[in-house]
Amino acid sequence: MKKSRLEVVGKARRRVDGRAKVTGHLKFADDLSAPRMLHCKLLRSPHPHALVESIDTSKAAQHPGVHLVLTRKDFPVPFGIMPVSIDEFPLTDHARHVGDPVAAVIAVDEQTADEALRLVQVRFSPLKTISDPEDALKNPEPRIHDYGEQGNIHRNQSYEFGDVEDALAKSDHVFEDLFFYQGNTHLPMEEQATLALVEGDGKLLVQSSTQNPHYLHRQLARVLQVPAAKVRVIGTPNGGGFGGKCDPANHEMVVAKAALVLGRPVKIGLTREEVFYQHRGRHPVLMKMRTGVTRDGKLTGMHLQTLLDGGGYGSHGPASTFYTGVLTPVTYELPRFKFDACRTFTNKPACGPKRGHGTPQPRFGQEVQLDKIAEKLGRDPAELRLGIVNKPDSLTSNWLRIGSIGLAECIREVVSRSDWKSRHKKLGFGKGIGLACSSYMCGAGLPIYWNKLPHSGVQLLLDRSGQVTVFCGATEIGQGSDDVLASIVAEVLGIDTGMVRCVTGDTGITPVDLGSYSSRVTIMMGNAAMEAAEKVRLQLAEAAAEQLETLPEGLVFSQGQVFHAGDTKKSISFVEAVAFAEAKFGTLGSVGSYTPPKPPGKYKGAGVGPSPAYSFTACVVETEVDPKTGWIHVPKIWIAHDIGRTINPVLAKGQVIGSVYMGLSEALMEEQAFRRLPEKLSQALVHKMPSMLEYKSLTSLDMPEVDVALIEDPDPNCPFGAKEVGQGPLLPVMPALANAIYDAVGVRIDEIPVTPDKVLKALELKSKGLAPRVGPEHFPSVPYPEPIFVVTPQEGGDGKETKKEEKKRAAAAVV
Amino acid sequence: MTAVPDRVHLQLSVNGEPAPVSFSSYKTLLEVLREDLDLTGTKHGCELGECGACTVLIDGEPVLSCLVLALECEGKRIETIEGLARGAELHPLQAAFTDLGGSQCGYCTPGVIMTAKALLDRNPDVSREEIKAATAGNLCRCTGYLQIADAIERAAADMRDERRRSERKS
Repeated sequence: MKKSRLEVVGKARRRVDGRAKVTGHLKFADDLSAPRMLHCKLLRSPHPHALVESIDTSKAAQHPGVHLVLTRKDFPVPFGIMPVSIDEFPLTDHARHVGDPVAAVIAVDEQTADEALRLVQVRFSPLKTISDPEDALKNPEPRIHDYGEQGNIHRNQSYEFGDVEDALAKSDHVFEDLFFYQGNTHLPMEEQATLALVEGDGKLLVQSSTQNPHYLHRQLARVLQVPAAKVRVIGTPNGGGFGGKCDPANHEMVVAKAALVLGRPVKIGLTREEVFYQHRGRHPVLMKMRTGVTRDGKLTGMHLQTLLDGGGYGSHGPASTFYTGVLTPVTYELPRFKFDACRTFTNKPACGPKRGHGTPQPRFGQEVQLDKIAEKLGRDPAELRLGIVNKPDSLTSNWLRIGSIGLAECIREVVSRSDWKSRHKKLGFGKGIGLACSSYMCGAGLPIYWNKLPHSGVQLLLDRSGQVTVFCGATEIGQGSDDVLASIVAEVLGIDTGMVRCVTGDTGITPVDLGSYSSRVTIMMGNAAMEAAEKVRLQLAEAAAEQLETLPEGLVFSQGQVFHAGDTKKSISFVEAVAFAEAKFGTLGSVGSYTPPKPPGKYKGAGVGPSPAYSFTACVVETEVDPKTGWIHVPKIWIAHDIGRTINPVLAKGQVIGSVYMGLSEALMEEQAFRRLPEKLSQALVHKMPSMLEYKSLTSLDMPEVDVALIEDPDPNCPFGAKEVGQGPLLPVMPALANAIYDAVGVRIDEIPVTPDKVLKALELKSKGLAPRVGPEHFPSVPYPEPIFVVTPQEGGDGKETKKEEKKRAAAAVV
Repeated sequence: MTAVPDRVHLQLSVNGEPAPVSFSSYKTLLEVLREDLDLTGTKHGCELGECGACTVLIDGEPVLSCLVLALECEGKRIETIEGLARGAELHPLQAAFTDLGGSQCGYCTPGVIMTAKALLDRNPDVSREEIKAATAGNLCRCTGYLQIADAIERAAADMRDERRRSERKS
């Protein structure tokens, strides 16, 4: 029998791992050590693009204290997170960016390893540097990789859902805009570290600051050519991830290999500079958006084109490329949608997934363009959006199934709390207020490598002490996934989270969970945990029912007790119930697994974008802009997030505020930008800002007040209805800031970051009577392929791609 | 100029206890704490003095332990996160950080808590603005700082109450 109200879920609680974090007990990867441990350092390329002609390690190998030197020849097998982009060797003989590792030294301590690195003699043969996507399109040679679409194009794709040109032609207005979103990096406080050793049973143990121990496990087995069952990966608690610790990394492969060769523990800790080289952060994306609108403010269709700067490796790039478009139709009704995307290789650290993965860039463009549309139509931006929010239980034009949607309530909430109606366009010159919305997925519908297995598994172990141990491969990266796991199990079993011990992220002892990415953990791990807990509750109920002389269905699990629903005086403690069940059934345990629903789309590529549920957010940003200096001050931000159901409000609110922080920091200052060294210094393409001092991020003094509203519209696909909260709330912040600046001083900054110099430049243009806008001026000619055409659900499609000649027929049939 | 030996042996005072330790003379206090005294609660985020993660207290003042040579610390009072709890009971700052979301991934947490301790030890009657200014050198990528400030405010209130109670007793 179900409890009438929730006792754990929704209650503010100290997180299960909280105590260890504030006492210094929590062991991050670099806090680990082992007897006879050696240390590893990597020699990194000073050239952005070069072949290693020869490498002489003999002097380094003879340096006192050095145990091993490794190079490319020690690693015959490449790796990569995505099966279509296996393009990295742990140590390379073709450097694709400054910082690409070419050799490794393993020595008694870091100092000795560092000294020996200088004795490795490498002869590089520099190649022409490809510095950005336009450069990559213009120069098919030299190729950075010998795979991909052609030349230096990694991925190139086009999809059309319904006839978009036809939709635009029939629109009352067509808006065409160019936007640019500069790349930026995760900057986790913890620099990546890994400790590899051979355990007493002869098997390899790799403890690493990884978000995805399962994928690392697979790649280690591949690179080391060792059976996966002989490799154990523990994802240590991450000191911040944000996507930066998703890719399996060179340093992890290198120390694992060294530990196997030497039979001794080998550790590496990256320096902050090296973390910038590892990167895998936000792709710089140039965007072109052509959007058709009716005079009453309905969208008719959009043609979105994106051009991504991928950096030197594939990384998650094939997925990132999709994500610069596929979630565009999730927020608002968009009857037709065409999406072209191209990712180029360049000689910079590889880009990959960062919080929001590929989506913040087009969201920025889409939401700024909507602001322009509202302005042109003379409509209030909030009202315009309220008129077009997607319907619950609907299919988007690109075949994504939307379940619950609390967006309208989110918009109303921020409009009311910010006093939007009496402030928008009314604050006077220099002060402004801007609004934007967004939506995000609650977990990727398909795994990164093709398989039919569960995405998350949870195993429970109970014994007569009353202790409940939960095993799951999910990784605690600071977001609170252990607390979510404990809460869900505790809620189902009617106990306190203090009774639950979480064992997570250990491929040696926990069931597979795919990892901490795509905002999937609460939903997928949570559903698996519910299934496991409900199964064991049935056993407990059966045993308790015998004792209480009632039927199992008539029992309630609550507050550490098992009650007779009809007579609450009849009860036994949870601990007693466990002991009775153990006596009746033997050792108690249960498992649960979760696999997301099948995607509704059937066309090639339909696997990227589907999710069990989508979260929605609305945000209002207030700004003060000094027209003399261009300086931007943000006093307050209001944000409402449709979370479905809050598991722990302290943590949920923390995720929202943390997202606002990271979004605002990107919007105002964060840039993973590069410059060429002068000719006499090799002309290499180097980081403008490879340190925490120069790579600006907001501090406690810059952070505005944030008003958070959690909107609860429980989604039936999610555990207790809980949707994601880790990434979605970041997305509307950047466009809301840009829209607020327009409201303040009447200039459009169509690129991120929005910095004072850009505001000043736009104000100068305005004073000269020119278009008051700073942003990209042209979109290069990209050889996008012929689109894969899919008839939309609304126009009677079946989800499959259609032959070109059927396209017009399908459209005509509807008209 | 006197030559510095390669290796030194000296007695540090850490968390109120004598800590005899022998280490390479080039090592920073951060390295000696983490590598030679196994006090890994103090973290590092840059080892360049940019992030504040390695903050410890020396004679009550917050100091970036990555910029201090350990051999300069003889005779000084060093406090780290490991020494903060009162036996099994959390310090008010520790309790408030974990109750109010001041710690997410937890990596910057020891540094921020030690910075806050120095602030509140000087004056538990601080304003929010003073809290923000005092912690501006401690970077955090998870929390957006607001729940950190909330936690320090609550700890300050708890410490004021404690102080009042102990004054009443005496």
